[in-house]
Amino acid sequence: MLLLIAGTMTVLVVRNLFVATMLLGIVSFTMALIFVSLDAVDVAFTEAAVGAGVSTVLYIGTLAMVGSQEKERTKFAAGPLAICLAVGAVLYYATYQMPPYGHAANPVNMHVAPRYIEDSPTEIGVPNMVTSVLASYRGYDTFGETTVIFTAGIGVMLILRQRRRRKEDGKKEEKSPLNKPGDGSLTGLGSQHDLVPHVVAKLLIPFILMFALYVQFHGDYGPGGGFQAGVIFAAGIILYALVFSLEHARAVINEKTILFMMALGVLIYGGVGLTSILLGGAFLDYNLLAHDPVHGQHLGILLVELGVGITVTAAMLAIFYAFVGRADAIAEQMD
Amino acid sequence: MPNMFALSSQYPVLVIVLPLLSAPLCALLRGPIFPWALTTAMSALAFFFSVELLAAAAAGGPLSYEIGGWAAPWGIEYVVDPLSGFMLVIISGISTGVLLFARESIAKEVPGHQLGLFFSAYLLALTGMLGICITGDAFNVFVFLEIMSLSSYILIAMGARNDRRALTAAFQYLIIGTVGATFYLIGVGLIYMMTGTLNMADIASRFADIEGTRPILAAVGFIVIGLSIKLALFPFHVWLPNAYTYAPSIVTAFFAGTATKVSIYLLIRFIFTIFGPDYSFGGVDLADILLPLAVLGFLSMSMVAIFQTNLKRLLAYSSVAQLGYIVLGIALASEAGLTAALLHIFNHAIVKTGLFLSVGCMFFAAGSVYLKDLHGIGKRMPITTFGFVLGGLGLIGVPLTPGFISKWYLVVAALEKGSVLGYSLVAALMISSLLAVIYIWRVVEVAYFRDPPEGAAKGEASLSLLVPTWIFILGSFYFGIDTTLNVGFAKAAAAFLMGGA
Repeated sequence: MLLLIAGTMTVLVVRNLFVATMLLGIVSFTMALIFVSLDAVDVAFTEAAVGAGVSTVLYIGTLAMVGSQEKERTKFAAGPLAICLAVGAVLYYATYQMPPYGHAANPVNMHVAPRYIEDSPTEIGVPNMVTSVLASYRGYDTFGETTVIFTAGIGVMLILRQRRRRKEDGKKEEKSPLNKPGDGSLTGLGSQHDLVPHVVAKLLIPFILMFALYVQFHGDYGPGGGFQAGVIFAAGIILYALVFSLEHARAVINEKTILFMMALGVLIYGGVGLTSILLGGAFLDYNLLAHDPVHGQHLGILLVELGVGITVTAAMLAIFYAFVGRADAIAEQMD
Repeated sequence: MPNMFALSSQYPVLVIVLPLLSAPLCALLRGPIFPWALTTAMSALAFFFSVELLAAAAAGGPLSYEIGGWAAPWGIEYVVDPLSGFMLVIISGISTGVLLFARESIAKEVPGHQLGLFFSAYLLALTGMLGICITGDAFNVFVFLEIMSLSSYILIAMGARNDRRALTAAFQYLIIGTVGATFYLIGVGLIYMMTGTLNMADIASRFADIEGTRPILAAVGFIVIGLSIKLALFPFHVWLPNAYTYAPSIVTAFFAGTATKVSIYLLIRFIFTIFGPDYSFGGVDLADILLPLAVLGFLSMSMVAIFQTNLKRLLAYSSVAQLGYIVLGIALASEAGLTAALLHIFNHAIVKTGLFLSVGCMFFAAGSVYLKDLHGIGKRMPITTFGFVLGGLGLIGVPLTPGFISKWYLVVAALEKGSVLGYSLVAALMISSLLAVIYIWRVVEVAYFRDPPEGAAKGEASLSLLVPTWIFILGSFYFGIDTTLNVGFAKAAAAFLMGGA
């Protein structure tokens, strides 16, 4: 916790954005540890993969485009500080009269949760209760979240690709303040001379992908599920793209496939829902998917988690590709 | 569950899920026609479902739909009552009308190869709005709020082809909107901690015991401020004028009628169903905080609107002012005030959409929406400009227009409040209406009393643009003259909320 506070404070002070990015990575790992100690292992997975892994890569990609030195700030921002302090004060104020942490008689533990804990083994039959709640009791929220991720993916595709097209139209864009020409190319990282990263990555990537699949399909039993698996899978491919080159990664999976996969994931999830309507039940009523309700729940959860995993992988990759493609576009322009 | 076989019992979920699932399909479609056709068909279908649902809820009481077959509060529940049904009809109706306009308009503003993704984002925005209105679950609201917000940032940024400032506008909206959504989430989290449930009806039934506790005070504060940011209540409105100004025409028209209204709906839902209209922070009533903001909002924003040089921005400021009227209706915290607020949600949606569509026509023909480029537009595009003027009358609140009806109800509700406060509110309303006369008149002056520039082409926008515009303009007059439908449903919804609270 102290590490967390120290980390964030330093981020505020540090002027070099590259250092700040590295610190943010550390903060994310610390957050992940805190989540583990709060028994939320799945959240910790996600935080480690997204917060420390993917977003650090994206930050660095952005820095490659805009340069790493922060502009001198001219004035002290009093308004935002006041707002932040006010929000903090209200939250602090609210902590009084909060129910004690982890107490069994808290409202949270007295009302809805007991049913999840007591009945989910018989109603759903999945050992991991978090998965039961996420994918079945509140499966519709998860469907919504998957859609949010899909939305983010198409948003990035629309906005960043649009700007690339503008360049191709021949309109000159404003030049970004690059430090050196060619600095912006992330694909430059995939140099053929970096033997050590190549070997290490070749060893690691199969295990990362394997682990992702394990998290995906073992989500019913242990911590994990589609979100975590998708992120880890995407991180594996991003590592590949970083070490070898974007072109190599594109050969494995290109933008069209990504768009198709993003759509496919949402369609699988929704398709399960529509199937249960066609079978005469409510939307996402997995009980009807098989003869036995418990089997139906299993099948339903497996399918929707697969949908989530596919969409998340594809959306993460879409964001990464779009950023890297953008960096390359600027680099070409500088040459 | 044999009764589930009936298709009509699935309407509550189909109205959301069909547009939602069309979005990924739409993203894969190519060509100029297919994405648009699919989107329009889905929007029209959603409109049909919404009308059926509202009719069913009005006739037989609130409908409830348990998603996944899990009973609330364990599962997520969809609830169609007179209020949410009313909102569903407004949103899907406006969306369908705007889409009729969209095919030709958007082809000019968004590159062809992006139409699939563009309409996909449009469908997601529609789904998000509908989902917020129909759900009975406080966290599910957040999920759909995210869908709506993310897709609206995208849609606004799509204006970048005409004006790069759209990107900044979208980014500003993204930052402010995310703060709003986070505040909402913090509030819901605190409520969950204190009640152990996320279902709205369930929260409401447990709310009385805990309403004075500190976490709940903070939660109410966070939710009200978060939603106020989202609905662009003065002084949280700074994102709105930029966003509306630089977004593509149809996006502006769609959002002006619906996006902020959805947040208002949420505010109404939370205040009247959960918190209770007389909720107070240790002596200061929630309503007493909203009321001055609303009044300041409509007065100052009408004033600002007068000085705008960009027609879309002028209308955007006018929108913030009109939102002030609606919040005033809420803050009066009476059945009459609520009726006025709901009525104005409907009336303003239809009038403002019509106005933005006619501006879209002007943009299509003249290529600009700055007043200086629109000199003599009344002679160049007589039909479009006449439509704009009629819509403007609705904004001012001239008799026979819907603006008059909702202002009438607002005045009645204000007078109920007693002598001094009531009369000063009425005076403020009058002043604001006079300001509206001025800003509309500025457009009229430019349009009719200035000479068109040399060599400017005369010519109307094509029929596929004019017809939808005039549907909204004429529709607004219909609802201004024959008020049984809109006033009827607004009254029913207000009575339902006050009775059910």
